[in-house]
Amino acid sequence: MTGGPPPRTLYTVSALTALLRVHIESAFSNIWVEGEVSNLRIPTSGHAYFTLKDAASQLRAVLFRSVGRSLRFALQDGMQLVCRGRVTVYEPKGDYQVIVEYAEPKGVGALQLAFEQLKARLAAEGLFDQARKRPLPFFPRRIGVVTSPTGAAIRDIVQVAHKRDPGVTIVLNPVAVQGETAAGEIARAIEEFNEMGDCDVLVVGRGGGSLEDLWPFNEELVARAIAASRIPVVSAVGHEIDFTIADFVADVRAPTPSAAAELVVRDRLDLLKRVVGYGDRTVHAVRAVLRDLHARVEAERRGLLDPTALVARAMQRRDDLEMRLRLAQANRLKDLRSGVEALRQEVLLRSPLQRIQQGVTLLPHLRTRLQQRMKVALELGRRSLEDSIGTLHALSPLAILGRGYSITRRWPELTVLRAASAVAPGDVVHVRLAAGELLCEVQKTANELIRESGSV
Amino acid sequence: MATVKFEEALARLEAIVAELERGELPLEDSMRIFEEGMKLSKVCLKMLEEAERKVEILIKDKDGKKRTRTFDIEEHAEAGQDNGDVED
Repeated sequence: MTGGPPPRTLYTVSALTALLRVHIESAFSNIWVEGEVSNLRIPTSGHAYFTLKDAASQLRAVLFRSVGRSLRFALQDGMQLVCRGRVTVYEPKGDYQVIVEYAEPKGVGALQLAFEQLKARLAAEGLFDQARKRPLPFFPRRIGVVTSPTGAAIRDIVQVAHKRDPGVTIVLNPVAVQGETAAGEIARAIEEFNEMGDCDVLVVGRGGGSLEDLWPFNEELVARAIAASRIPVVSAVGHEIDFTIADFVADVRAPTPSAAAELVVRDRLDLLKRVVGYGDRTVHAVRAVLRDLHARVEAERRGLLDPTALVARAMQRRDDLEMRLRLAQANRLKDLRSGVEALRQEVLLRSPLQRIQQGVTLLPHLRTRLQQRMKVALELGRRSLEDSIGTLHALSPLAILGRGYSITRRWPELTVLRAASAVAPGDVVHVRLAAGELLCEVQKTANELIRESGSV
Repeated sequence: MATVKFEEALARLEAIVAELERGELPLEDSMRIFEEGMKLSKVCLKMLEEAERKVEILIKDKDGKKRTRTFDIEEHAEAGQDNGDVED
């Protein structure tokens, strides 16, 4: 009907309301409306009741639970919302509302908002805390990988890992890395690795893609599986710049799958160099220790005077001194004789008679003088000899004994002992000390020096 | 797991080198840790010798449990379409 109702048509309230309902529902069966969310209530039924308002007006809205589930982001008071839906009239109350069939946040994308909301929530729970993050194993042997079996990620990981260390084993738990089922599969795969428990570290990721493609790695399910993993997890979602929720929760974040392999696998060559280096240093150090010891032993050996050599030296010195003494005596007599001869010549050169007389009278003098000189010479010789005897005495083996050395000989053969190997425990040895002698029984023999401390 | 043993062995070897280089040990102890060091060095080298390049895949058996099988990457790459992975 166009124009107003015919004049003087009388409606009942219900009739009018029913008419309004028909009009409104047909005219506004599929509209888009934008407003600010306020008075949001979500009772246990899960249906969301709120008001969309702007500066001048407000509109009642309801968003049923089924729609809410597909939203990915959470409704919040104050949020600017763009909705698509239909307007209905609730006749008993006489009010109208919009039933929202789709909603998205104004400005920011729905996904982006969902990301922000989840990130804030998990951060508040402490799941991103640095203190939670575990160190990666030093020398992993089995690496568990959660990714697609057909993508580039697994090939990159295997290539980089085996180039650095062909001894590691890569274990793939294949999953979808995008689409509806991906988040669930990824979470389950991480759990399975934890159940099997034989991997040293896990790598979870995929190659690059759009925000939609990467979405599974922003899902709460995946985040919680990573947080719960007892095995350290490296996230490897191929997105150089942006971070996914998985990146925040993981123990270490790698910008790409290849980078993950580099972080996880140590270059074997470096380890090899290190081990070989330690081996070399060990050998060198021990050689130095042995050289040192050798030098000390030699020094001690030289320091200890060998008694036999000492006696030989002493005897040689005695012979030497004896010879010199004889020589000195011979020279002395020679001097005397030539002195006497010189005198005699003198005497003879003067007047023969006088000389004879002088000589006759001189002779007793000469004799006396000769005798005196010989006495002196002998005295000197004697003193010299005494000195030599004194020196010899100091060098004699007996004096050596006085310095603390002793002579050990086998008993009863009395052969001098120079080596510990010449006797055995139980043998008897005779020991000559400076004062006195000992008869001893051998307890223990050692071919090397016995240390001062008394230990053998 | 081998990972724990290697790290420990390397650390012990490092400590032995430090002790020997300090040179303060009596001869018998020096010899003893020298031998230990040589043994450890052999063990570490052995662990670094492995070069089998193993790759395994977890496949669900009939009973639903997952088991490891050897995995040939090239085979799988040709077999199916990529899941939409974009090459980095």
